[in-house]
Formats: sequence, structure tokens, C-alpha cells
Amino acid sequence: MQNIHSTSPGDSTIHFVLNRQVVDTPASPGMVLLDFLRREHRLVGTKEGCREGDCGACTVLLGEPGPDGVRYRTVASCLLPLAAVADRHVVTIEGLNHATLTPVQQAIVDEGATQCGFCTPGFVVALTGFLLGDEEVCAEQALAAMEGNICRCTGYVSLVRAARRLGDRFGSGLPPPGQRIPALMEAGVLPPGFDEATGGLGERVPVPPPAGGMIVAGGTDLFVQDPEKFLPGPLRSLDREPGLHGIRVEGGDVCIGAATPTEDLLQSAEVRAAVPGIEHYLRLVSSRLMRHRATVAGNLVNASPIGDLSIMLLALDAVLDISGEAGRRTLPVRSFFKAYKDVDLRPGELIEAIRWASTPGRMFHFEKVSKRRYLDIASVNTALSLTLEGGLMRRVGLSAGGVAPVPLFLAETSAGLEGQPPEPAVVDEAVTRAGSELAPIDDVRGSADYKRRLAQSLIRAHFIELFPESIGGGGSP
Amino acid sequence: MKNFDTPGHTRGSSPFIDDLPELPGTLHGVAVPSPVAHGILRDLDLSAALVTDGVVRVLTAGNVPGENQIGGIIPDEPLLAEGEVHFVGQPVALVVADSPLAARRAAKKVRVDVEELPPLFDPREAAARGMFIAPPRRLVLGDPDLAWPGCEVVVEGRADTGGQEHLYLEMQGAVAVPEARGRMVVHSSTQAPTAVQRAVAGVLGWAMNRVEVNVPRLGGAFGGKEDQANAWAALAALAAAELDRPVKVVLQRHEDLRMTGKRHPYSADFKIGLSRDLRIQAYEVTLYQNSGAAADLSTAVLERSLFHATNSYYIPHVRVTGMCCRTHLPPFTAFRGFGGPQAMFVMEAAIARAAEALGVPAWRIQDRNLLRDQDELPCGMRVHQSQARRSFDEVRERFNFEGVRSDIDRFNAEHRRQKQGLSLMPVCFGISFTNTMLNQAGALVHVYTDGSASVSTGAVEMGQGVNTKILRIVARTLGLDEGCVHMEHTNTTRVANTSPTAASSGADLNGMAALLAAQTLRERLQAVAGELLGVSAASVEMCHGQVLAEGASRELSWAGLVETAYQRRINLSAQALYATPHLQYDKQQEKGTPFAYHVFGTAMTRVTVDCLRGTYTVDAVQAVHDAGRSLDPLIDRGQAEGGIVQGIGWMTMEDLVYDAAGHLRSNALSTYKVPDLHAVPGMLEVAFLEDADNPRAVMRSKAIGEPPFMYGIGTYFALLQALQAFRPDRPAFFEAPMTPERVFRFLHDPSGTDG
Repeated sequence: MQNIHSTSPGDSTIHFVLNRQVVDTPASPGMVLLDFLRREHRLVGTKEGCREGDCGACTVLLGEPGPDGVRYRTVASCLLPLAAVADRHVVTIEGLNHATLTPVQQAIVDEGATQCGFCTPGFVVALTGFLLGDEEVCAEQALAAMEGNICRCTGYVSLVRAARRLGDRFGSGLPPPGQRIPALMEAGVLPPGFDEATGGLGERVPVPPPAGGMIVAGGTDLFVQDPEKFLPGPLRSLDREPGLHGIRVEGGDVCIGAATPTEDLLQSAEVRAAVPGIEHYLRLVSSRLMRHRATVAGNLVNASPIGDLSIMLLALDAVLDISGEAGRRTLPVRSFFKAYKDVDLRPGELIEAIRWASTPGRMFHFEKVSKRRYLDIASVNTALSLTLEGGLMRRVGLSAGGVAPVPLFLAETSAGLEGQPPEPAVVDEAVTRAGSELAPIDDVRGSADYKRRLAQSLIRAHFIELFPESIGGGGSP
Repeated sequence: MKNFDTPGHTRGSSPFIDDLPELPGTLHGVAVPSPVAHGILRDLDLSAALVTDGVVRVLTAGNVPGENQIGGIIPDEPLLAEGEVHFVGQPVALVVADSPLAARRAAKKVRVDVEELPPLFDPREAAARGMFIAPPRRLVLGDPDLAWPGCEVVVEGRADTGGQEHLYLEMQGAVAVPEARGRMVVHSSTQAPTAVQRAVAGVLGWAMNRVEVNVPRLGGAFGGKEDQANAWAALAALAAAELDRPVKVVLQRHEDLRMTGKRHPYSADFKIGLSRDLRIQAYEVTLYQNSGAAADLSTAVLERSLFHATNSYYIPHVRVTGMCCRTHLPPFTAFRGFGGPQAMFVMEAAIARAAEALGVPAWRIQDRNLLRDQDELPCGMRVHQSQARRSFDEVRERFNFEGVRSDIDRFNAEHRRQKQGLSLMPVCFGISFTNTMLNQAGALVHVYTDGSASVSTGAVEMGQGVNTKILRIVARTLGLDEGCVHMEHTNTTRVANTSPTAASSGADLNGMAALLAAQTLRERLQAVAGELLGVSAASVEMCHGQVLAEGASRELSWAGLVETAYQRRINLSAQALYATPHLQYDKQQEKGTPFAYHVFGTAMTRVTVDCLRGTYTVDAVQAVHDAGRSLDPLIDRGQAEGGIVQGIGWMTMEDLVYDAAGHLRSNALSTYKVPDLHAVPGMLEVAFLEDADNPRAVMRSKAIGEPPFMYGIGTYFALLQALQAFRPDRPAFFEAPMTPERVFRFLHDPSGTDG
């Protein structure tokens, strides 16, 4: 390992480990990692496919030092500002290569799972990240690890065979997550000396974020919309701020740090207990590659009328903890969205946390239809949250996206359902009433008429799924 | 053996155009797109762009020293717009700067002043106004007009298919490097090195011998880099010649999506007549091809549509009319299947409509009309070694068609809000360029004094494994281990006058050329060995780098033989040309033999529709495919699987959306969705026909690239069947892609046909 520049905390360089090399770069904190890798370091195994996180060709591993060692996650380098890699370990395909093919590479070769080869390094990194990551090592999880990667040649079938091969081979032999690096080095998945590269990172005092920089959380939308805006820097990368991270239960509330990546929600026992089925819904929303960066608050502030998490949080009646120069305030999510892409957030204000009541017996359901079933932006999405007390529906929250300029809480329909039994006539009336609250427009995701009627069908679907006997008519679907 | 490129791919060490090390002083070009679909180009205000940091020059049509023209078949496509603009995204200028970022910033500052003219996007409307790229064409077999009265049932209808974005993962790009003595080396991501060479030479006003085109490999192409690579290479070369510096033009995804051509959308009217015993007696179809703003390859694509209008069926009376309709969209271009899929979709739609009218399942009509040997096709060619029947029967037997049918009937009876559908999709696809001239390929094989060999051909490697197949052919012919043979990059100075690597013919043509060149070398070396060993040359064999004579091993290695041959001044290089024999086509009569042979196969597709939500899953696609004697089953399997999934994408989620002004709205990966891992059929199986043979291609193999794509059409018809299980009151509709919106409308609209 070679230290190319010495640095002291507080100067304007960004310090990180790139494969086995310590880097201190004066490059702009707003430059995306992909450009830095390809242009400044000629690490051209990381490919540019879309610059919007939708293809995975630029996948790299991002290692974060912690008390239990370095934790690695796959990220899309096209949407990752350099500010977010400070004091971390970046591993590209070149950093995985060694004298012979790794078992991941060999499985892909053996199954003929690469044709043109352009997407292949991304798949190799994704599968390596899976073996290195938090998930149980099995074939199913190996497939999930590749879901953020697009291959246009193979039809994925051979990649699935390769992933199964890896799941089978490593399924029973690997230590628990967090302790796998020596075993993976032994197996040749990681190159010799992989664990030595990060030696210095944990001991270094992180540089505090610059004051007045543009605020970026996961960046998975901001860097799609206008990456150039961030080039001049400075940047305030929220993932440097421990106070904004983590999931806890406080006084009966589930409380999510604003900059918590959505993958953490999916894996959180507290969240899963409080919102039944959420792990399945979050898988529909985005790929694991994106979930490793995309944050809950980012989804809210982005204010997309079709934001999946916004829709879920509206139904859950979540509350935002907001801080600013004028102090702190709380605001229900249902009051947050004012107009198209306009939210109740004043200059200098920041969402710090998102909370909702951990209601016992909560029933929750989420529906989404898009052109591609997984990992697509919805034509329409909708969520329903309620409790059943004495056979009557209480605390009803119904929301829908893609049907208005903002993520929509269906206040009248929700109120109309309050205190009613889950019966067909009640549902029929709710579906009709919802129709008058929806105001979709024609766009690339569908015509207004379609979206209105689809939303009504999906609202009906909530009740069929939650009450299969009384609403679904029982029997087979 | 595995594709020899794959270890490098997995290590990220296979370079693509944008990965090549940049020479010092390299500049970057970014094209300025036309903001409107149709209009008179009044003025280009370059002043703000020119003073942008890092900008070196902005080039417009006036800077073209040669011909401002890159049209391949018909010269109707200027490199940079001049006088008029004809589609949104048409390049009007090229900004050259010292970084891609600077060039992109400046490109946004070019003010394009266009006096707008009314645009036209609908091919039928274009046809009504006589706006054709070329005169309409018609193929006739028998006489449908005489046949209609004798038919038991005659039905008519309309069928439409949408376009398709290639979404090759590597974007279009080229690097042009000026050399001394007025040469230009162009590294290009192209399927057609000679087309790029011709375009660059034409634009510069140079002879072709001063332009060298080099193609390392492509990160996917699928037809999208057959003609559409020319513009970016020519723009890079134009700037490189003007500025005498290396210039790189590599598109970003959103630019590539907006500016480059895609699969042609088609609209068609059909009429089909059947006898009581389900034999198709007559078929008439009119194809309106949306060609876009320039010819590109449209006329050739249409020709293949005409040749495949009856898919895998014998129909005695056929009239097929096709029109290339000029519209104000980016020129549509080659895409896997090349017009074949669009025509086959119409044929299957006609069968579905007839089945509905007759109250029989479509597969019974398919079954009744499959091509047999000696059946005459509308183009006049007679079918040879048809595998239509075998594949159709084998797929049903192997994958339990009858059992699945009854399972689905039971499922549909038991489920109210979910319905399943099942389809069979036979495919017959002709192999050869329909333009007979293109069915030629050159190869150059060198044997070096250490015994190692290198091979150059006109084939471009884009993941289809063509170079691995060629390497294998040469190694087998020379009796060498595959590790002793090296495939060179495709380069116009080693192999000239290349046909595009397209039409599934890359391995057929270039493999055969390489075989011929290797055979020449083998014969020369056999003669030397015969003299050395005192045996007849004919009795000499070479195997694993050893020389055998009269069946026995001799004390002579391949390397020793080569060394002796060199000392005796024997030519250790051989060049060969292969031209597919027996091809001819008379465009006046519209009769001939356009194809060397046909590829056959049948796919069975099973789907489930969620009728409440209007969503669906493709549960299984199982195919029996005729690969001849496969040169490499692993590679061919990959081609089949990839083709099927791409075909499903075309039929389902891949939805090109333009707004009323001709701007592409599905202009990013977030709005144009291609199949992801979750979209793959739950079960996807491809079985190759056993004991298949093909005397008409190299080593008795068959072309594989395109035919499996068309199995994807079966997904549409399986979905249709499921939809009608929910809505038996509604007639079928034929408008692909089958998006969730179309599904929902069919399921839940009160009545009438889908609009």
C-alpha cells in the first residue's frame, strides 16, 4: 500500500482507499466516482451505461469502517459523489482481480453468462458484494443481488445459473456476515491482502462536513436530475452525519433517521414488525443497488408524485422532525406536500427523522403497477393502513401516487372508511369516492383515464388482499 | 471450449471504445441536436458556445470538405443538417472541446433557429401523401382474388407493432486519429467497418485507402450499429481532420436514446381465407413501415418483411405489399430480425383472428399449414429440409402441451381474477443477406514461424461468439489446439470490403472464408510434409500440433513443419473469399432464391394475467430449435435465451413513446424499461433439435443470432388468450407492445375494441 499524498484533517482533499491505494484528491466533492475512476485513475473496468443508476454497469463496492470492521455494500458509482467516499474503501473490478479468475468470475465463464461483456464487471462486483454482504448466502439471495444490473445479451438465464452455482458452493461454508473476509480471501473471491488495504481508515478522524455546502443524502435522484450542479462543491453529504442515521423505537414510535438507506428499513426487525409486509414492498420499489444509497427523507423531499416511500408514509400517518435556524418543528407527512415538487421545507431546514406510531395490530398493504413489474417507476401506487377494532376499521390511511401533482393522501375516502366494517358495499363506496379525489394526467406512464381506473382497482385490491374472505369472496383468487 | 473473450470480460479488461487509452491532445466532440421534428434551418448562433471554456471549434455542414452525406443505401441523410431538419435529435453541429463536459456545456448554448414546418409521424398518413423512401413493393404467389370465393371463412384486421430501442449497453462511439501522409485511423463501435470507412472517406473527400477502420469489439449492437455507427465515426473524423488532433465522440445514454434509430414500428392490414379443413387458402397483407426521416436500411428491412410475411406456413395464394413511409422521426434501422418479426406478428394475428371466427384454437390452424419440403414461398424460393413439422411436434411432446392445456383450462375455471394463456410460435427464418451482393466475406490467416496462427476476418465480435466459432474452425482445419490461434481485431486494412456483421450470417460467411484460407494453408503444408516424409500429401494429417502420415504419428511437429516450410519459402499467409452459392433474386419479377437455407423452431409460452390489476407474468417459454450441428452449444444456447428475452421485451414492456411534437418521452432507462432479472420467464428452456443437419453452412451448422428473437411473439398471443379467458365477449386486438395499460383496458373497458 502506498500513501501518495499525506493529508491532515481539515484540508480540502478527499481521503479514501481505492482498491489497495490510499488516495488524497483535490477533485471536487461533487464529481461522481465513476468519472473519477475512469478519468483520473483509468480504472476502465467500471463502465458507464446510463448515469441514472438503472443499469448497474458502474457497480463498485463501498466499504465503511465501523467498530466491527469494514462493512461493504454495492453502490452505483455514477450517482455517488466523491464526498460520499471520504474515509471509505472503494473496490472496483480491478481491485477484485488477481492471478486467477475468482470463483465469481469462473462461474460466469463456465455458464457462458457473458456475451458482449460490457455489463459483466458490474455483475461480478454485484455477486462479490453479495458474498461479502449482510445477506444469507443462498441462491435466491444471489439472484436478488443482481437485480440492479441490466444485461441486454444473455436474457439472464445463464447468469441465474452462475448465481445458483455460487449460492450452492458458498451456501453452507461461510461465516456470518461481517466475518467473511478471511474465508473469502481463502476461497479466492477476494484477492490476497484485501483486508490490509483498509488498515489506516478506522483510525483517522473524519473531516467534518463543510458548512454551507449543498445538501445531498443518497444522491440517487439529485445526481440523475442535474449532476453538474454539484460539481463546483462544497457538498454536505448527510451520510457523514451519524445523528441522521439509524432506526429505533421511541415511546411507541418507530423512528427512522432521515439519511437511513432504505435497505436498512428492509432489514430492520422493528420496521418489519411495525409495517407487515414492508420488506416485500420495498423490493418492488428499487434494486438493492439503489436501496444501499437511497434514503427515506430523500424520497420525501424529492416530492415525486409517484414516490413509493412517500405513499407508504402518507398511509402510515408519519410525522417529520424538522430542524432549522429557527429551531425544531414537527410536521405530519400529510401536510408536507404543497404542490408539484413543492414541499413545506424552508431554506436551511432539514428533515432529521421520520416517525410513525407502532400501532399493535396494524394492517398494511401496498400496491404498485408499472410497465416492468420490478424496479420501475409506478404508473400508479397506493398504500392502505388500518387497524381492526371490534370488526370495524380504525385509523384508516389511504394514499395514492401518480394520480395528482403530489403524493396524495385520500382524506375523504379515508374518513369515509373510518369506523366501517370491511364489507363489499363499504369497499365499493370507497372505490367510488376515491375516484373523485384522483386527478391524474396523461404522461409516459399512462393515460389519465387508465391511471384513474387502475388506482381504483388497486384500492379494491388492498381490501381483497387484507380481507380475502369478506371482500375477496374467498376461495381461489 | 468457452468463448475466449469471456475471462477478460469478467475481469473488466476487455476494452471498448471509451476504454481505449486517450492519446495526448485528444479532443471530445458532442453533437448539437435539432430541437424540432421538421423545419427550415434558418440560423445557428454559435457565439455563446464558442466562448465557453475549453471549446476549440464548432463544426457545421459548411465545414464538411467532402460530401455531407452518410446514407448507405440511398443518399438521403446528411451528416450535419443543411437547409432543413427532419427529426428531433438530428445533428446540426458538432462542438469540439478539450473535455466531454466542456463540449456538452457548450452544445447546450448553441441556438438553433428553425422555422417549423408541420411534422408527420404516422406511416399511414405518410403513405396517403405518397411520402415513400422508395417505391412500394409487392410479392405475389398464386392469385388471392381467385381464392377468396372458395374459402369457408375470410377475415380481415389490422395489426400494429411498436418500435424497440436496442439498448446495447455500450453507447455509440468512435475515436478518429489523424496520421501522417493524410491517413485517418478510426476506432469505431460498428457492425459495418467498411460502411464506416466509406462514410468517413466520403465526408472527408478522401479515397477509401486513406481511412483505416479498426473494431476491437462491441458492447452489444443488435443491429443498432450496422448503419447508425456511421454518423459518430464520420463526425469524429471530420473534426480530427479539421483540427489535426485525435477526436473522440462517445454518446451518453440519453443522447443515444434520443438521437439514434430503433426498430421500425409497423402498421398492417391483413385478410386471410381458410377452407373448412383449416388450410389457409389465401393471405393478403399490406405493411406500412414507419421508416423515419431517412432511408438508412429501411428498404432492406422491408424486403425481409416481405420474405417472411407467411412465417412458417405454406399458403398457395399470397399478395404482400410493403411501403417504406417517410416520417419525421429518427431513421429507424436494423434490429435483430430485421423486419421479419414485424411481418410474422401480422401473420400470427391473422391466424388468431381466423381462429376466433372459426371457434378453434389457433394452434390447430398453425398445425395444419406448416411448411414442408418443396413448398413454394411468395418470393419463389422452395423450402429445403424443413424442420417446421418436427419442431412443432417435438415442442408439444417434450413439454407436455396437452397436459399444460388441460391444466390451464382447470386453472381458468377455478380462478376468477387470474387467467392463464398458452401459445405456440413456430418460426421460419431465412439465412443470407436479402441483398445477394452482401453474401461474401474475406479472411486472412497467417502462420508465423513459431507455428502460431492469427486470423483476421470481416466479422465483428459483439458478444455473439463469432470469433470463438471462427477460431475453432481454423484450429480444427489446421490441426492446432485452440490456444495456438489468435483472433485479430476487425480491421479494414487486413480484410477489405467487409459486409456488415448482420443477418445472423457472421459465422456462416466469415467462418467459411476462414475455413477456405486455412484449407489453403493446410494444403501447402501437407505438400511440404509429404515431401519431408516421403508420403503423398493427401495422406498427411495434422492434429494437436503433431503431423501424422498415413494415420501414424511421425517425428515431425507442426512447428517443425512450419519452420521447414518457411525455409523453403512457402507462403504462410492465405487470403480467401467466400461467396454463398446459388443465391439470386430478380427484383423486377420479385422471384428468386434469396436465402441459402432457413432456420426453424417452435416455442411454447405460458402466461398468467392478474385481471384485477392488469399485470402479468411470463411463466414459461420452452422452445425446440434447429441449430444444425452447433459449432458451440453453449454460445448458441446463450444466443437463443438472449433472443427470446429480447423478443418478450419487444412484445411487452418496451414501449417507445413520442409526444405530439416528435420528442421521445421514453428517453431514459427510467422511462424505457427493458427486461430485468425479474422479467425473465419463470422457466426458459431451449432444446436443440437432435440430429439436425445443414449442408449449406460452415461445418453443417446453422445461423443462430436472429431466429430465436421471434419466439417472443408467442408471449403476445399467450397473453391475448388469457385476456379473452376473462373477457370472452371481446374480440382480439393486435397492438404490441402488450403494456399493462393495454391489458387493463381490454379487461375493464365496457365494450368495443381497444383504441
